[in-house]
Amino acid sequence: MPDQLTRDLSRDSTERSTPGSAPDRDAEGPATRVLSMQQALNEALADTLEADPRALVLGEDVGLLGGVFRITDGLQQRFGAQRVFDTPLAESGILGLSIGLAMAGFHPLPEVQFDGFAYPAVNQIICQLGRMNYRSRGAFPMPVTLRVPSFGGIRAPEHHGESLEAMFVHVPGLKVVSPADPQQAYHLLRKAAGMPDPVIFMEPKARYWQKGEVTADPGSLDGARIARPGKHLTLIAWGAMVARCLQVAELAAEDGISVEVLDLRWLKPIDAAALAESVSRTRRAVVVHEGPRTAGLGAEVAALVTEQCFGTLRAPVERITGFDVPYPSGDLEDEYIPNIDRILFGIQRVLEYRRG
Amino acid sequence: MALTLDAGTAPDAGELRELFRLMVAVRHLDVSAIAWQRQGLIPGYAPELGQEAAQVGSAFALDLATDFAFPTYREMGVARTMGVDMAGYMASHKATWHGGLYDPEASRLAPIQAVVGGSVLHAVGWAHGQTLDGLPGVALSYFGDGASSQGDVHEAMNFAAVMKAPVVFFIQNNGWAISLPTEAQVAGGSVAARAAGYGISSIRVDGNDVAAVVGATRAALAHCRAGHGPAVVEAMTYRRGPHSTSDDPGRYRSLASERADAGTDPVDLLRERLLADGLADAAFIDAAWADARAEEETLRTAVAGLGSRPGAEMFDFVFSEPTDTLRGQSAAWRKESEHA
Repeated sequence: MPDQLTRDLSRDSTERSTPGSAPDRDAEGPATRVLSMQQALNEALADTLEADPRALVLGEDVGLLGGVFRITDGLQQRFGAQRVFDTPLAESGILGLSIGLAMAGFHPLPEVQFDGFAYPAVNQIICQLGRMNYRSRGAFPMPVTLRVPSFGGIRAPEHHGESLEAMFVHVPGLKVVSPADPQQAYHLLRKAAGMPDPVIFMEPKARYWQKGEVTADPGSLDGARIARPGKHLTLIAWGAMVARCLQVAELAAEDGISVEVLDLRWLKPIDAAALAESVSRTRRAVVVHEGPRTAGLGAEVAALVTEQCFGTLRAPVERITGFDVPYPSGDLEDEYIPNIDRILFGIQRVLEYRRG
Repeated sequence: MALTLDAGTAPDAGELRELFRLMVAVRHLDVSAIAWQRQGLIPGYAPELGQEAAQVGSAFALDLATDFAFPTYREMGVARTMGVDMAGYMASHKATWHGGLYDPEASRLAPIQAVVGGSVLHAVGWAHGQTLDGLPGVALSYFGDGASSQGDVHEAMNFAAVMKAPVVFFIQNNGWAISLPTEAQVAGGSVAARAAGYGISSIRVDGNDVAAVVGATRAALAHCRAGHGPAVVEAMTYRRGPHSTSDDPGRYRSLASERADAGTDPVDLLRERLLADGLADAAFIDAAWADARAEEETLRTAVAGLGSRPGAEMFDFVFSEPTDTLRGQSAAWRKESEHA
């Protein structure tokens, strides 16, 4: 490791100012805390910068402003403008720069400000980020974690509510993950930042301000996790839809229906074994996502479930998704995103399904 | 305000002789590679005929202990000058492996880049990494007049200027982007002129004059190394051959126009200078060509001997940490294709 950066790091560390507001602490002490997802992500970035002297945070307005969602709040003050820096307003530039920095041995954590702004960078993401390790036969691994505030739900302008997971998952060489709550957000970001491969980190922006417990020991961070165990049906979701599915499961329980909620977490590699394990027990599956239906990730989930559980499935896998339309204006957003009623209807169709 | 670079140290007599030997080796290999394609040894090739001075001269100026070059798919002369394993380089044209089989890290030459303008931003990022690490390295980014139309090139120049990144944007303006001439490609007629808009120092040189190219590139590298930020070198040259072995220039330009527009052949130009200045004699010239032919014969054997990579390698470099999904696909492929 070059000496200069080490010196910069140690110097910057002595000048730190505590970013953000002090987190709430619960009765269990410092190991378990209640944080918003914004705070959890902010801490994950800070802890990454602290632990990894090669880590860099870059993007539009991530410096003094702390990012439009304040995910990088206070990081530049704490770690200095060499390690946390604003870039000009060009997403292809941000990704191309990150690739070059990775070739120079850094671990960049770029941010694109909103999901829809990843589109101008797709050439760099698909043709370069996803392929540099392959093209160079391992000479240039790409330890780049691209943070993308993702999905809808905040009444934002056009191109600020897109679900890009199906596109990213289809690209060879990328890994894709989306946290559902502050606990997952903190630990999955720490894990992604430590990985040698490029990771698209899709942050559910509608959940940024929701609080939850963050513990020191998150358990396994690989693959999917059962967010709520159940017996009659598996509800599969990721990102912001996990919380909605947990609400649905609560409502279904009132009618005596035991719904298991599987938080997929890693969209690539997708946890086929966890899908098989859950659905082989419940024998019914409903997958929920915000993105358009056709060739959405739900289709991959349905295929994996069907391939693995064909003999035990009691009904075709149901998909509750967005529609094949451009993401609509805020007024129609609640009609587009799968809501509780639509998910419950889907559950009902699966439970009532009869062969022939 | 943009500074205008003055040409740096011109090559001395010994360097001019070495440059000639390099240019002859590159010329002979380039012409041979087209023959290789016609003979079926390689499926395709992007010739750089006429760009020997631009490629050899610019790469010659690099300090391989510190600097790093980012090529396109038409930089055989750069690779040869940098001492890259040429069988590994030609492996890309043999369809053995897209990025080539040479070691890009040890060679200081990034993998061959097929997206026009795709690697220009990488050069800026790598260069900024040198700044962060306090290292003296300069990135040399190769692209052409066609690539200058790409948005990534604008983003790269703007980023580099804002960040004062030590990167030389080396444009080989060879007059043609496949079938489109520069006047239909480059508004304003000069990529170097655009540098002023970014506040980047620039220089435009006769890309057929290897001494001028070496001097300009040295000046640009020194400018970057001194902490003055990026520099632009536009080498004016001419693509004497087709865009690729699949191209048919007769559909968009005539032989008469090629002869009229190509300017002085860069190899002839240097040979005449060496002879006129008494820096070389006919025996030296002949020896250069004889060595080039011998080198090509050796290389041809090596390229012919390049077997296909094992199919399992399709899966090997996708990730540093392969996924279970990919392992499963690899195992299935092996079972069905290799009966493993």
